[in-house]
Amino acid sequence: MSDLKFSKEHEWVRLEGDIATVGISHFAQEQLGDVVFVELPDVGKQVVKDGDAAVVESVKAASEVYAPVSGEIVEVNGELEDDPELVNKSPTGEGWFMKIRLSDASELDGMMDEAAYNDFAASPG
Amino acid sequence: MMEGDSTDTFTGNRGLRLEEPLIFEQDAPGRSGVDLPEPLPVQSRLGGLDREDAIGLPGLSEPQVVRHYTRLSQKNYAIDAGFYPLGSCTMKHNPRLNEKMARLPGFSDLHPLQPEATVQGALRLIDTLAHWIKTLTGMPAVAMSPAAGAHGELCGLMTARAALEARGDARKRVLVPDSAHGTNPATAAICGYEVEAIPLTSRGRVDLSALKAALNDDVAAFMLTNPNTCGLFEDEILEQAHAVHDAGGFFYCDGANFNAIVGRVRPGDLGIDCMHLNLHKTFSTPHGGGGPGSGPVVLSEALVDYAPLPWVVHGDEGFRLVEHEGDAAGAAPYGRMKAFHGQMGMFVRALAYMMSHGSDGLRQASSDAVLNANYLLASLSKELSLAYDGPCMHEVLFDDGFLKGTDVTTLDFAKAMIDEGFHPMTMYFPLVVHGALLMEPTETESRESLDQFVETILHLAKRARAGDAQAFHDAPVHTPRRRLDETAAARRPILRWRPDPVQGEAAE
Repeated sequence: MSDLKFSKEHEWVRLEGDIATVGISHFAQEQLGDVVFVELPDVGKQVVKDGDAAVVESVKAASEVYAPVSGEIVEVNGELEDDPELVNKSPTGEGWFMKIRLSDASELDGMMDEAAYNDFAASPG
Repeated sequence: MMEGDSTDTFTGNRGLRLEEPLIFEQDAPGRSGVDLPEPLPVQSRLGGLDREDAIGLPGLSEPQVVRHYTRLSQKNYAIDAGFYPLGSCTMKHNPRLNEKMARLPGFSDLHPLQPEATVQGALRLIDTLAHWIKTLTGMPAVAMSPAAGAHGELCGLMTARAALEARGDARKRVLVPDSAHGTNPATAAICGYEVEAIPLTSRGRVDLSALKAALNDDVAAFMLTNPNTCGLFEDEILEQAHAVHDAGGFFYCDGANFNAIVGRVRPGDLGIDCMHLNLHKTFSTPHGGGGPGSGPVVLSEALVDYAPLPWVVHGDEGFRLVEHEGDAAGAAPYGRMKAFHGQMGMFVRALAYMMSHGSDGLRQASSDAVLNANYLLASLSKELSLAYDGPCMHEVLFDDGFLKGTDVTTLDFAKAMIDEGFHPMTMYFPLVVHGALLMEPTETESRESLDQFVETILHLAKRARAGDAQAFHDAPVHTPRRRLDETAAARRPILRWRPDPVQGEAAE
């Protein structure tokens, strides 16, 4: 069982203090196929829960990555600019997207744990 | 080089399918197609910016150049070569009559800056085409200048924005359903709006209650594609139009799929405020690698006054172009979309298509396009999994459910189709359908060519389900090159030729 929380939009969050590290799930990277480009937000930008935060582009499609929580972008994973394949290789590790300083910790309450998310991702539709 | 590229011939050619190096690789310094005398020395007026090195163009003789481009053209797959069922893009036959008309010197040799008195025929053609477009769509006005579909979308949204700003009601959001063309949200974003997606129902159509819930006095426009990218007619379009108008927004319709309903439905009767037409899809002008698009935008009464310049009017001494706001008779054009008057060559082709078909022929063409798509739907549903229940309009959408458990993906399936001599359908779009296969046969395919396609697809589907996954992973095997590494091409593209290629940068 991991310490990750998941959104219905297939992002994950790992909380350390008031800093939430955000990425996309294993299921999401599998659905996208080979990731070829990641567009990250500027550090210092304010993001709102469920608002646009980043863009991930694969050989099949370009998709928005939504902010699963509101707050300020404090760090982004610059490695992804040169190595977008990290998202495929290690979606919940080296393939992280950004770190957000939470403005409202209660926003995490509505997110799924890994078991619930796996059930959600496996359900049709 | 990819695995499988090697052949057992000495030259690398396979029969009359010839290997062809890049034109730069054929460079023989000093070789040239023409032999011009050295120019006389002149005083340089380049202010010290004269070129110092050779420009780097390859040296080839004329016959080498002719062979080079002829060989490249032979590698091309086009609608003139075979069936091209690319969904959402309408690859149908371009009648040669259109080409003949477009090459008439009275059209082809014009310059856009010629005096109006010398181009009365061309202005009349634009005016006549506008009349046909307005009649077919049931709309009072049309902006002719947009260069293609997405440009037309931008024109439509900019017109709506101008109307909103004129009433002091600039709004912030544009609603786009999941079944819209991918350019719609891009257009709204580049026009400065926040984009909000509207989900579909299990019938593959816009969820009306979700649309109503998203509408408020901050919504500038709703951008529908009808028929939508699932190939389905939005049968609640009147309710959608009422809801959008009740909220004070404008109703944009992406008319890229107008070819399914020409002569049967008039967008003006559906409450649409602006809609672009893809002349190059609906009215058969060559596009993609074959030529430019053309995207006129029809406008409702509410938007007429804000249409972009220029437009053609009937003056005292013949046709005249309105090019300036001061000459716009009280209208408030927001500017212009293009330096000149539009894609004249496409106008000629589109009008030739319309006039040679007549209104009854256009209705027949759209009817046949829908019939052919439903023929594929009925024939292929035996083995493939339909995304949404039919009947469909001009294109039919399958998902990859029929490949479940086979270890064959939609991409593998498409590559196997290439080996069978077909251009693949649209894949993985629309995004709302898993592993989408979107097929548009068009009205110009014969029963025989459709039957051959159907038998091929059924054969491939059975083969995939019989456990022959490896053959699909290996496909294509009969092409000049085998499976290309799309990932490496996107991650580490080589965008220009260099004399000394950097080894290992592109290949993984």
